[in-house]
Amino acid sequence: MTLPWVEPILASAICGFARAITGARARWQGCAPVAGPRVYYANHASHADFVLVWACLPHDLRERTRPVAGLDYWSKDAIRRFAADRLFRSVLIDRSHAAGKDDPIRRMAAALESGDALIVFPEGTRNTTDARLLPFKSGVYHLAVACPDVEFLPVWIENLSRVMPKGRFFPVPLLCTITIGAPLRLRAHEDKETFVARTRDALLALAPPEA
Amino acid sequence: MPHAAQHQTLELFAGIGLVLAVASIAGALLKRAVAHGRPNDIIDNLNARVKAWWVMVILIGIAFMFGRAGVMLLFFFASLAALREFITLTYTRRSDNQALATSFYIILPLQYLLVWNEWYGLYSIFIPVYAFLLLPIVSVIAGDTKRFLERNAKVQWGLMVCVYCLSHVPALLTLRIPGYEDRNLLLIAFLVLVVQSSDVFQYIWGKLIGERKVAPDVSPSKTVGGLVGGVASATLLGTALWWITPFTVVEAALLAFLITVMGFFGGLVMSAIKRDRGVKDWGDLIEGHGGMLDRLDSVVFAAPVFFHVTRYWWT
Repeated sequence: MTLPWVEPILASAICGFARAITGARARWQGCAPVAGPRVYYANHASHADFVLVWACLPHDLRERTRPVAGLDYWSKDAIRRFAADRLFRSVLIDRSHAAGKDDPIRRMAAALESGDALIVFPEGTRNTTDARLLPFKSGVYHLAVACPDVEFLPVWIENLSRVMPKGRFFPVPLLCTITIGAPLRLRAHEDKETFVARTRDALLALAPPEA
Repeated sequence: MPHAAQHQTLELFAGIGLVLAVASIAGALLKRAVAHGRPNDIIDNLNARVKAWWVMVILIGIAFMFGRAGVMLLFFFASLAALREFITLTYTRRSDNQALATSFYIILPLQYLLVWNEWYGLYSIFIPVYAFLLLPIVSVIAGDTKRFLERNAKVQWGLMVCVYCLSHVPALLTLRIPGYEDRNLLLIAFLVLVVQSSDVFQYIWGKLIGERKVAPDVSPSKTVGGLVGGVASATLLGTALWWITPFTVVEAALLAFLITVMGFFGGLVMSAIKRDRGVKDWGDLIEGHGGMLDRLDSVVFAAPVFFHVTRYWWT
C-alpha cells in the first residue's frame, strides 16, 4: 500500500530527529564500523534505545542492521507493525515461549547467516531500577553457540532513559552518548555463566562513572 | 536599520573578519613552520578554535541581518543548547521528566517570548520567581522525595544560568536609549565582542606570560598573567569601540572593565561546576572550544549586569 520511497525517507527523518534531540554520536572504542554479521548488545532503559543505536550507525551499516524486539509489543497496532517490519526490519520474537512454535534463536541466527547485523538487549526488558544494568538473560549465550564465529559488540547507551523514560512518549532534549566497545566471541568450551558474565562486564566497563 | 547603524555594523564585521583572517593565516603558517604539517595538540586546537570563531561570527552576522527576530532566535537556540548541556551533567531522576519537559518546552520558550514582547516587568522575574515556584510543584506531584531539594535547586540553577541570564543579551534590544534608537544591535555586538575577546586575550596572555595559577583548585588554565593581560586588553578593545555604543570613551572603558571581570568570574564559576562533576568540557558542540556553555559561560555572567547598568543609567 505504501510507496517504496516513503520508507527510507521516514526512516532517515526518525534518525535525524533522534540525533537532533540527543546530539548523539557513536564513539567506536575498540573496533571499526564495518559491515557484516555482528551482534550489537546494549543496555535497555528506554523505548527509543534501538532507534538511537540504529540512528548512530553509518548509513550503509544501518541498512543491514536489524533490531531484535518483542512481538507482543510491536504487533499491537498497524503503526507499530509498519515501523517494526518496514522501517526497522525488526526481527520480532515471541517472548511468551510458545515452545517449539518459533524458536527465537533460530530466527536471529538466520538473520546473521544472511549477512545482517542485529541489535539485542540481553537484559530482556527495560531497566526501570536504579541499578546500572539488570542481570542478563541467557539469550546471548545461545545465540553465540548457534553462531560461534559472530562477534558480539557491547554498546553502552548513556542518558537516553532520561530523555524518554518508560511510560513517557515526549522526549526531553538531553545529550546522549553511544559507546561501542571491543568485540567479544565465544571461547572454546566456555560455559553459559562465564560467557554471560563476560559480556555483561564488558558492557558495564563502557558505562561512565555514576552521578 | 538606518544607514549610519548599518555602516557601523559593516565596519565592525569587516574588522572582525580581518582579525580572523590574520588568525587563520598565522595558524596555517604555524602548522607549516612549527608543526611541519604533523599533528600538534596546541596548534591544532588553536586552528580548530579559529575555525569555530569563523562559524560563530558568520552565524551572528546572519542573525544581525535578520535583525531583532534573528538575534532572538539565535539566543533562543543558544539557551536550548546550553540548558541541554547543563541538565545532562546534573543529577535528576526518572520522576523529574515532567519538570524537565516543563523547563525545556514551556519556561524556556516563554522567557524568550516575554523578551520578544518587551515585557520587562515579567521577563525580569519570570524565572527567579514563577519558575522557582512552579518547578518544585511539578516535581512534588511526581511524588519522589529522594534528594528533592538538590534536584530542584539544580534545575532552577540551570534555568537561571542558561535561560534567564543569557536572555539578557537579546533583551538589550528592548532598551530605549535616547539618541541611540535603532542601533541596539551594536550594544549586543559590544557586549559579546568585549567579553569573548577577553576570553581569547586571556588564552593568549596565559600562553605567553602565564605561570602562576589564579585558582589552581578550580581551573588549571587560568593564570594571573592571563587574567591581568586579558582584562586589560579587552578593556582597551572595549574603549576603542566606544563609537558603536551610546557611551563616552571613559564610560565605555568602565563598562568594558566591568563585563570582562564578570566574564572572568563566570568562567571560574562554571569551571568549578565542571571540576566537581569531573568533566573538562560541557559538551562537544563547538570544535576546539567544547560545548555551548564553555563558550558562553562568561557572557552569561556579564549580560544581566551589563543590561541593568545600561538600563539604569542610560534609559
